[in-house]
Amino acid sequence: MSWLDTVVQGVLLGGLYALFAAGLSLVFGIMRLVNLAHGDLIVLAAYLILVLVTALGLNPFVAALVAMPIMFAAGWALQRLVLNRTLGDDILPPLLVTFGLSIVIQNALLEGFSADSRRIYAGGIETASLAIGPVNVGVMPLLTLASAVLAIVALNQLFYRTSLGRAFRATSDDPVTAGLMGIRPNRIFAQATGVAMVVVTIAALYLGTRANFDPATGPSRLIYAFEAVIIGGLGSLWGTLAGGIIIGVAQTVGAAVNPEWQILAGHVAFLAVLLARPRGLFPRAVD
Amino acid sequence: MSVDALSSFRVTTGTRASGAFALVAAALIVIAFAAPLFVSRSVIQNLFFILTMLALAQNWNLLAGYAGLVSVGQQAFVGIGAYAMFGAVILGGMDPVAAIAVGGVAAVLLAIPTAFFVFRLYGAYFAIGTWVIAEVARLVVAQWKSLGGGTGTSLPRDATRSIWGQEAVAALFGVRGPHAADIVSYWLALVLVIATIGFIYRLLRSRQGLGLAAVRDNQDAARSVGVDALRLKTLVYLAAAFGTGLVGALIYVQKARISPDAAFSVVDWTAYVIFIVVIGGIGTIEGPIVGIIVLFLLQNALSDYGSWYLLLLGLIGIAVMLFAPRGLWGFFTDRTGIELFPVRRNLIVAPGATPDKGGPHG
Repeated sequence: MSWLDTVVQGVLLGGLYALFAAGLSLVFGIMRLVNLAHGDLIVLAAYLILVLVTALGLNPFVAALVAMPIMFAAGWALQRLVLNRTLGDDILPPLLVTFGLSIVIQNALLEGFSADSRRIYAGGIETASLAIGPVNVGVMPLLTLASAVLAIVALNQLFYRTSLGRAFRATSDDPVTAGLMGIRPNRIFAQATGVAMVVVTIAALYLGTRANFDPATGPSRLIYAFEAVIIGGLGSLWGTLAGGIIIGVAQTVGAAVNPEWQILAGHVAFLAVLLARPRGLFPRAVD
Repeated sequence: MSVDALSSFRVTTGTRASGAFALVAAALIVIAFAAPLFVSRSVIQNLFFILTMLALAQNWNLLAGYAGLVSVGQQAFVGIGAYAMFGAVILGGMDPVAAIAVGGVAAVLLAIPTAFFVFRLYGAYFAIGTWVIAEVARLVVAQWKSLGGGTGTSLPRDATRSIWGQEAVAALFGVRGPHAADIVSYWLALVLVIATIGFIYRLLRSRQGLGLAAVRDNQDAARSVGVDALRLKTLVYLAAAFGTGLVGALIYVQKARISPDAAFSVVDWTAYVIFIVVIGGIGTIEGPIVGIIVLFLLQNALSDYGSWYLLLLGLIGIAVMLFAPRGLWGFFTDRTGIELFPVRRNLIVAPGATPDKGGPHG
């Protein structure tokens, strides 16, 4: 029975990784932008929620709602003012600029909030658990997975049911032709990054309430998120969820065998998938 | 066209500036080797830092600037080189200086299977793939209990007290043991930098270098004229791994204390290195030299401000990438035309040897 428990916990953990990865998957899928600062943006959003919670006494879930438009604006501006200038055939400029941004965010947070680890308190819900059949699952992990699924459903609806989504897909396939049809890729990209930052805010809520975080937390979260995106395949949001779950299950199974192997097992699973399928499991867009 | 007329043409990469610079460089090298005679130990240590970072930067630049392989995982080779050196000293009883070579070989041994894997990936996937491999290497090395596991270990005292050449240097310069060890490490770093730059410069001026530039600029076009892109990239990847492994081992001979988190640090061995190359000018040999000088000056000027230093470095990196993507050296060379390590081939026509045929109207 403990193996069932391990796998269930792994799936739930995978929900968190999928949430980390969904925003990245969106940006990567639409504009092939590798955002190395994505993990740090999640941590930045977590600090924003923390500030809203402590300064205004808001419930963390409400604080996340307040943070969403702020992060949307930040993402929009970031894309419009900085990242759009780096897009092109050469992958080096976006990599280096977002890498620089990652260092800037980390050190700005370090300067503003010190290196102490923080946590967002959600009033006891963190420790609550439910018995589902033979296994006990935490309410928070369950909420995380549900939010991840919900976020992906919502993004898919946006993608396939709205005119903005059509513009996203058209620009992703061929920005030049999309431009001829009256779409301005730079504006579309800015909106996409804004939407991605809304997802980042949801990810930050769970990052901050489930575990401690500090200014240096970002890169390790980024690496899981990237693994989920790449395993899932470029442009496939459900693939990203599958990727997150694969990493999550690999980590909990690895940890069950030997606690020191948790992270290692996740990376090895990633490498194994990539060795067999260099473009991921469910690639949609052409790279 | 007759053979005689052909001989009046010459293809050269040299320029007047590069000729003059070769003399200056030779003088600089002599001065650098003699430096321990007239500068203090702390200066030697600073120079050691500058030289080792420069060697790392040249290796990364070879990968990213010339072969188009943007790796975020070079810390894998620094770490594995350093750990192999520690293993050879602690478990094999080797002299630390000799063990540096073991570090280089270990890095190549890691790079061979890594190359098989990462060369299946393109662009961004390649960058992430190299980073994950470095993380895997760090986590695996942290399981190596006889080298201290996750907490790390130190070089044994009797090994650091009698590294090759240390006694001779101590006697020659009349300095104490640790100071002499620093001088030996400094000389090794100097040799490594000269060898790295020499190797890269030779490579770039060779047939393979021309192929490499062609592959970087347009892989499909290069392959269509018979350049074996994969072979060239593999060669460069393995060479950069070897060089990076050697530098990693040397850095840790001088540090004498190692831990997986420090030896496989993405900030120390990749982030700084990327900034050095980008700020100085990617895709040039001069760029990393300019970059390391800027980094060192910034570090000294801002050493009292802690994290502001890295913050500023990040901002400068972003600004350079956005507004001067070819870096400070590229900015300079665009305006003056001066190149210290020219690799462009120029056709020199001897006076009076104007061809009577050929050309657009011939």
